[in-house]
Amino acid sequence: MNALQRFLDSDFIYSFKRNPVAMVSFGVVVLVVLAAVLAPWIAPHNPFDLASLNLLDSLKPPFFQTDGDPSFPLGTDDQGRDVLSGIMYGTRISLEVAILAIGFSLTVGISVGLIAGYVGGSVDAVLMRIVDVQLTFPAILVALLVDGVVRAVLPPSAQEALQLDVIVFAIGISRWPQFARTVRGSTMIERGRDYVMAARVIGISSPRIMATHILPNVLGPVLVIATLNLGLAVLDEATLSFLGVGLPPTEPSLGTLIRFGNDFLFSGEWWITIFPGATLAVMVLSINLLGDWLRDALNPRLR
Amino acid sequence: MIAFIIARLLQAIPVLLVVGFISFAMFQFVGDPLVALLGQNFTAEEADAMRHNLGMDQPFLVQYVNFLGRVLHGDFGISYRLAKPVGELLAERLPATAELALCAAILSLLVGVPLGVLTGIKRNALISRVMMMLSLVGVSLPTFLIGVLLILLFAVQLGVLPSYGRGDVVHFAHWSTGLLTGTGRVALILPAVTLGLFQMTLILRLVRSEMLEVMRSDHIKFARARGLTPRAINFHHALSNTLVPVITIVGLQLGMLIAFSIVTETVFQWPGMGLLLVQSIGVADIPVMSAYLLLIAVVFVTINLVVDLLYFAVDPRLRGGGK
Repeated sequence: MNALQRFLDSDFIYSFKRNPVAMVSFGVVVLVVLAAVLAPWIAPHNPFDLASLNLLDSLKPPFFQTDGDPSFPLGTDDQGRDVLSGIMYGTRISLEVAILAIGFSLTVGISVGLIAGYVGGSVDAVLMRIVDVQLTFPAILVALLVDGVVRAVLPPSAQEALQLDVIVFAIGISRWPQFARTVRGSTMIERGRDYVMAARVIGISSPRIMATHILPNVLGPVLVIATLNLGLAVLDEATLSFLGVGLPPTEPSLGTLIRFGNDFLFSGEWWITIFPGATLAVMVLSINLLGDWLRDALNPRLR
Repeated sequence: MIAFIIARLLQAIPVLLVVGFISFAMFQFVGDPLVALLGQNFTAEEADAMRHNLGMDQPFLVQYVNFLGRVLHGDFGISYRLAKPVGELLAERLPATAELALCAAILSLLVGVPLGVLTGIKRNALISRVMMMLSLVGVSLPTFLIGVLLILLFAVQLGVLPSYGRGDVVHFAHWSTGLLTGTGRVALILPAVTLGLFQMTLILRLVRSEMLEVMRSDHIKFARARGLTPRAINFHHALSNTLVPVITIVGLQLGMLIAFSIVTETVFQWPGMGLLLVQSIGVADIPVMSAYLLLIAVVFVTINLVVDLLYFAVDPRLRGGGK
């Protein structure tokens, strides 16, 4: 209770309560995440349950148009799947991929950054050259090429089953250098501090100093970058899926839904594309706004 | 100056060698070139002869050097999917991508810089606030969604602009351009706007924040005190001081334009290198992928180099020895 009270009285919460944009974005993110996580229980239909699909329900417009059916509030696609349920399940997959990918990026980036910053010397030089080379290329391009190469290496039989892992790997590997660079910078500062010296003197091993003493002190800036990168990772996944090299059609993410809907734009069934697209845009916008606020709130100099 | 250029060139070489190595490794270890060239049925002798012909029985490093030699002669191998030399395929599609990226860059500069100056000077005006809101939305909208929305509005609802392809093109030797025909120019509008929009919002926000910074500085106050016209102050004294970061970002973003042209080309079925890459990834056409990787590395290293040199030209402070 005491800790909770202290948290509620902190600057962090104060700045949150004073910032309507942050509060609204937080609300939207919570809403989207809840809808995604609870999709199997609260979605009106199950788009994966082939038995429940009825072709008679196909291409119904959303409820506010004439011919709309209230049981399919945002309309249906060409196979009679409910667009709203599709979005809820799709967001679930999009978020899953983005979170796993950023988790992977964080793990690699933090490890490399800690080692480079703590060990220094030629290890540092080599690791940072790799970072430099990769940062020359836009992340989406790296993700696209890694995705392509990994698919080419895998035997065709394994491709379907591993597609989620492949895309997580591709997006994760495309975003680690930023984390590595930030962590390295802070680690180099922390390394010179007295507490690290003290830990060394009493004979704690280097890996343990890095993991339990330095790591907690370098996490702040990394969290901000991670939030902003989460939004970008959602976009990466959507882009790859839209290009048709992402997730298989059996696991439609938001990007896949938009790609499917694209074929129906010219016949007037706009809702199949526009609703997933709007969900994606609102979600990423909220994550970005929240990340911006977090950056300002955690940086006392900007206040 | 010359020492600086040489140092930068020497820095670029390891990057290219590393990327070349990755590209070579893809070529060498992903998929079996013998299967691709000889088909599924071949005898051991045929395979040995082919290995010898391709130089695959030589030591690894020799093969790498041979590979670099071939690449320098423009020989990137044969596309598995289209059974044509990759160099030829890329050369065919380069003009389309170059034209698209260049038009998008020019568009984003022509719109982004003036709007950035405007929102920077009149920071509290209603129009500035609206622009800032719109630019935030622009940053969050993925490129492909912008393309889809533009197609929905201008091609489907209004029916005024074409939604795919490049229109008619005119050929000059190895270059093809759509800028000289009516259908070509019309076909360029939607893809260029789609690709340029994100850059435009970035440039707008950057110029705005730089303008806010510069307008507070002493030399602007002095220019005001001298009684110069607002126009001269805003566009000459202030804007020229914002140019260094703008050049960096625009230069580096040119790389982003090429990366995102992959997406734009797919949305609009624009026959450029990006569309070729996406189609090749779909069927694991390794020679095309590794050639694209190499080509893009050269482009990016060149861009970074030019940006660094432009710094030198724009900011006199960097010229004094730099040590």
